[in-house]
Amino acid sequence: MTVRDAIRFYLNDRLVELSDVAPDRTLLDFLRLDRVLRGTKEGCAEGDCGACTVLVGRLGADGTLAYEGVNACIRFVGSLDGTHVVTVEHLRGADGGLHPVQQAMVDYHGSQCGFCTPGIVMSLYGLWLETPTPSVAEIERALQGNLCRCTGYAPIVRAAQAVSNYGAVVEDALNRERAEITARLEALRDGQRVVVSSARGDLIVPASVDDLASVLEERPEATIVAGATDVGLWVTKFMREIAPVVFIGQLTALQNIDVGSDAITFGAGVSYSQAFKVIAEHVPQLQELWERIGGAQVRNMGTLGGNIANGSPIGDTPPPLIALGATIVLRKGDARREIKLEDFFIAYGKQDRAPGEFVESIRVPRPGADEMFAAYKVTKRRDEDITATLGAFRVRVVEGIVAEVVIAYGGMAGTPMRAKAVEAALVGRPWTMGSIEAVLPVFGEDFTPLTDWRASAEYRMLAGRNLLRRFFLETSGEPGMRIIRHEVA
Amino acid sequence: MSALSDERKPISGGVHVAQRHDSGHKHVAGTAEYIDDIVEPAGTLHAYLGLSTCANGAITAMDLDAVRAAPGVVGVLTAADVPGVNDISPNHKDDEPILAEGRSVFNGQPLFAVVAETREAARRAAHLAKVEYAEEPFDVDVAAARASGGRVVTEGMTMRRGDVPGALASARHRVKGSMTIGGQDHFYLEGQIAMATPGEDDEVTVYSSTQHPSEIQHMVGHALGVPSNAVNVIVRRMGGGFGGKETQGNIFACVAAIAAKAFGRTVKIRPDRDDDMIATGKRHDFVVDYEVGFDDAGRISAVDAVYAARCGYSADLSGPVTDRALFHADNAYYYPNVHLKSEPLRTNTVSNTAFRGFGGPQGMVGCERWIEDIAYTLGMDPLDVRKANFYGETGRDVTPYYQTVEDNIVGRVVEELEASSDYRKRREEIVASNRTSTVLKRGIALTPVKFGISFTMTAFNQAGALVHIYKDGSVHLNHGGTEMGQGVYVKVAQVLADEFQIDLSKVKITATTTGKVPNTSATAASSGSDLNGMAAANAAGQIKERLVKFAAEKYGVPEDAVVFEPNCVLVGNQRIDWAEFINQAYLGRVQLSAAGFYKTPDIHWDRAAGKGKPFFYFAYGAACSEVVVDTLTGEYMVERVDILHDVGKSLNPAIDIGQIEGGFIQGMGWLTTEELWWDDKGQLRTHAPSTYKIPLASDVPKVFNVRLAEWSVNKAPTIRRSKAVGEPPFMLAISVLEALSMAAASVADYRIPPRMDAPATPERVLMTIERLKRAAAGQ
Ligand SMILES: Cc1cc2nc3c(=O)[nH]c(=O)nc-3n(C[C@@H](O)[C@@H](O)[C@H](O)COP(=O)(O)OP(=O)(O)OC[C@H]3O[C@@H](n4cnc5c(N)ncnc54)[C@H](O)[C@@H]3O)c2cc1C
Ligand code: FES
Ligand code: FES
Repeated sequence: MTVRDAIRFYLNDRLVELSDVAPDRTLLDFLRLDRVLRGTKEGCAEGDCGACTVLVGRLGADGTLAYEGVNACIRFVGSLDGTHVVTVEHLRGADGGLHPVQQAMVDYHGSQCGFCTPGIVMSLYGLWLETPTPSVAEIERALQGNLCRCTGYAPIVRAAQAVSNYGAVVEDALNRERAEITARLEALRDGQRVVVSSARGDLIVPASVDDLASVLEERPEATIVAGATDVGLWVTKFMREIAPVVFIGQLTALQNIDVGSDAITFGAGVSYSQAFKVIAEHVPQLQELWERIGGAQVRNMGTLGGNIANGSPIGDTPPPLIALGATIVLRKGDARREIKLEDFFIAYGKQDRAPGEFVESIRVPRPGADEMFAAYKVTKRRDEDITATLGAFRVRVVEGIVAEVVIAYGGMAGTPMRAKAVEAALVGRPWTMGSIEAVLPVFGEDFTPLTDWRASAEYRMLAGRNLLRRFFLETSGEPGMRIIRHEVA
Repeated sequence: MSALSDERKPISGGVHVAQRHDSGHKHVAGTAEYIDDIVEPAGTLHAYLGLSTCANGAITAMDLDAVRAAPGVVGVLTAADVPGVNDISPNHKDDEPILAEGRSVFNGQPLFAVVAETREAARRAAHLAKVEYAEEPFDVDVAAARASGGRVVTEGMTMRRGDVPGALASARHRVKGSMTIGGQDHFYLEGQIAMATPGEDDEVTVYSSTQHPSEIQHMVGHALGVPSNAVNVIVRRMGGGFGGKETQGNIFACVAAIAAKAFGRTVKIRPDRDDDMIATGKRHDFVVDYEVGFDDAGRISAVDAVYAARCGYSADLSGPVTDRALFHADNAYYYPNVHLKSEPLRTNTVSNTAFRGFGGPQGMVGCERWIEDIAYTLGMDPLDVRKANFYGETGRDVTPYYQTVEDNIVGRVVEELEASSDYRKRREEIVASNRTSTVLKRGIALTPVKFGISFTMTAFNQAGALVHIYKDGSVHLNHGGTEMGQGVYVKVAQVLADEFQIDLSKVKITATTTGKVPNTSATAASSGSDLNGMAAANAAGQIKERLVKFAAEKYGVPEDAVVFEPNCVLVGNQRIDWAEFINQAYLGRVQLSAAGFYKTPDIHWDRAAGKGKPFFYFAYGAACSEVVVDTLTGEYMVERVDILHDVGKSLNPAIDIGQIEGGFIQGMGWLTTEELWWDDKGQLRTHAPSTYKIPLASDVPKVFNVRLAEWSVNKAPTIRRSKAVGEPPFMLAISVLEALSMAAASVADYRIPPRMDAPATPERVLMTIERLKRAAAGQ
């Protein structure tokens, strides 16, 4: 196979070729330090504040170009091969002045200190490209990953609603030049593996999934980076050495979603955003949870495979996927094995993954028509917050009796974990509040949660158990159960 | 010269009109320059702080060899390398070393600074230090500090009036309680930063993200051992301050300046967000112990309260902060007999500092807690308790610090809001719906704010401005106020435009710098526009006086025939274009530059006696908040908020509304999801946005109605009769805390005072609900 020794991508209107970039160079440092493009700000360097938001356009499996807001602070330059990076410096109005998003922000007093503003502008720009007349709910969702400490957001939301009064999306540069940019990005796809060596180690961008398998066999010690929403922080916060790095975000073949009649199979590289439509349509019980994972930028980057492979006890997808009986396919070279997701998590920080092995796909059985299913995430702040406790429940009731039940939690143990004692206690009982109350004490056999800054052990236990109460009440048709921010359209 | 005509378009951008932020168009384009955006001079070095990991103990060994040897490192600085005095205490207490000497007194204390060719190199190197400590017991919070003897960082204050024990003894009802109020990180989006360039001789230029350039100047001089005239400090804008850059920028400016002088190169220092949050001070946490006597109507006869604060290891601003808590322990209520005492406790935590409201919010939260207690004890609507206690007629109009409340409008503000928010009807509906709803419970509360405006340190109530008119008629404005997003630059520019009657576009706003206006006060205490607006008006007045005299002489008209009209000057019956008029004045050798000055009249304060008139006036407001709470998890949402706020005659309604909305949301964050959490090593663990949760767009009240009390005119002669707006709206968020309390109280049929501590995280809400359920069940 031929190997290219430079990363290539477009930055605003320029082609960038980098043959000496470190595998852990972040896009933000590249912009601010290497290119002295300082409109993009650093507020946290951990993906939580959105001050560094830029758009990255990439070609999907079907060749369509889509722009997504991402956090430049935790995005590695090596992951940008074949993309179009758009920063705030690129925004222009039709007359060469301010862009409609920018003008609306000015007119509605959407900035005070202005430090969050370029990031907010970019998030709103990304929203506007997709949704020119957004609802308040859509605006709030687009801004889940953007903190503003000054304005209280109200004027920003007003500005976001008004953008289309300032210009038409079709006239926006990224739309007018869409065909041309697509062609340029197409031209960058040369089917080659990229290997860039630098003083800080190697970065490798495999050409295909098979090539990924080979790369990992060659370099089993390599760090796999998909969306970098976990790995990015290892670098920016813990200054860990991660080289050599294998980037997989560009592998569209890992981003397939196959909706079957009894199961949905996700490629490991499917991002939260890519999965959203399918989730909303086929597993609507997970829609709210999905919308509360990270902020928009994190959902655009973060992948299902990464969430699982990371092995965190507070990752949000494992509990519901375990409750649904998900399995994962692990691949090493040409060898594949399929295991139950719950068996992947061995202990805190330890997963059933051999060196050189990677997660290829996740198979999620759809809840049966005769099954009740739900997942509830409890956090300090509603959006863009890490789970304090998360409960997922799947129950099949036959003639009033619990015939099958799977309950899985996050935040209650060192791994995502089933509440097997509670399950055992529930099976065979009538599906009544009385049964629920009777089994609640059994949670103590399954879990001994920890106290930390997110929640005390007592709270985790209390709120965690109450989620089972909620599940029962809600599936029994009790009205007025949930706080509703926005009625679903 | 044009002939007299009657079409005179008013100037654009004068006072009392909504005017955009002067940098708005640059904010959105990414071209507004913050310090980290300035293109560094060639050879710029980067400094990074090494932090301690010991909450209290002697430093027995500090091995920095690996740090020095790390790639890119140019040098390492420790306390021994401070050429002047190793202290940045803002009150000269010598209790706040730049770099620790011999001891670490909180986990996260800066020990040394490493200077390297890149920031990354410096940061990596900083982690290579090997430091050993002889660890000693430490006190992280108020309870621990009290248990080990209650050492204070500075003397507390007492306010006293009447016979408190007697009034308590004879009161029909008494409640006694204690409340814990959490602190708050500023979370300015732009972190702390400074960049220093060495000059000739002893000179140094410092770019600092600071609310207080004069103090940076003073501290840098002190640290370098050079006079203030050798130090020039510049700040064009901050990416947020909120009090967190009043004194907390000192260390960064000093380290940058010391390093710049030591290595003869420009040095920049910018901590990572985590280090910023660990190593810089926050809002003070408080424990308030109170006892209150009252009658059947809820009218208070006596208040006895102690406000104890976690101050951290040094005094910093804790004295005036805890004072201001006492100044607001009355909020808008009259206490016939009162005893208030502050305890500024020393703890082994970062030294707490100024934060929007400066202790006032904590004072007020304590006060509203006992109002709530009274209401639940008597089964009254808390709003009725409030009304029964408002300052009122003579005899009920004197504060615990003996200032007469002369401008009281709280009654009108509250009544208007009560009507416009439909408070009574909604409250009834909520009580009714709570009876039938099993899981979700609602709460509503309407709370007032009365906030005293002025620095309580009387000397700080002064300001200067420097105004030049160039011979083309363009105007250069400079003053001591610093811009952190609050709009002081545009407001003062509007004042100047109005004074000269020229379009705002003719006024150039320039970076705050100690070389232009000396001895300025911090831009704090909401005073920025009040003080600097007046100083700029004063400067304009001086120039105008000269211009009038000149024109009267030149044209042979009486002085009162020279009138500044929109973009021109009317001299007798001739109307002269502004630029031309100015050019004539130049040719006539008129001094077109003036230094303006202002000091707030009529205020005085005797701290030892606890008496005086510390405030020039009060700002008022009220908010009505409605929430819904999930009693299974404690999660909640703010459904609706109505605000009516008093800014006097607004200089700029758009900016003022922005301050109110932003202040409210920030206050709501403080009282709800923003929680500071220390572990058993005394280490702050909520030190980044991943763990410290400030409000998001989706936390904003679903319905958010904000109005100005447009009828209000400041009784005090402030700049154009406006009122300060930076801090007061922050406290409107107390209504959210009380609404959450009401929702919780519903599980015990509102018979038990809910006593929810702050911040009311979902966890605290759920735990309160559980406690109330048990109490109601008699357990
Ligand atoms: C601001 C912010 C908010 C967040 N909020 C949430 C939240 O609400 N809920 C939540 O669950 N998570 C949250 N996360 C974490 C979440 O985004 C990640 O867990 C994400 O899913 C990981 O995917 P990734 O593609 O970014 O993984 P990466 O960071 O690229 O990788 C994570 C780990 O998985 C490994 N890996 C990745 N892909 C594979 C593969 N195919 N095979 C084998 N190993 C692989 C990597 O080597 C690494 O060990 C948040 C993160 C941030 C920064
Ligand atoms: S800098 Fe905060 S998200 Fe990137
Ligand atoms: S305007 Fe200051 S953080 Fe948003």
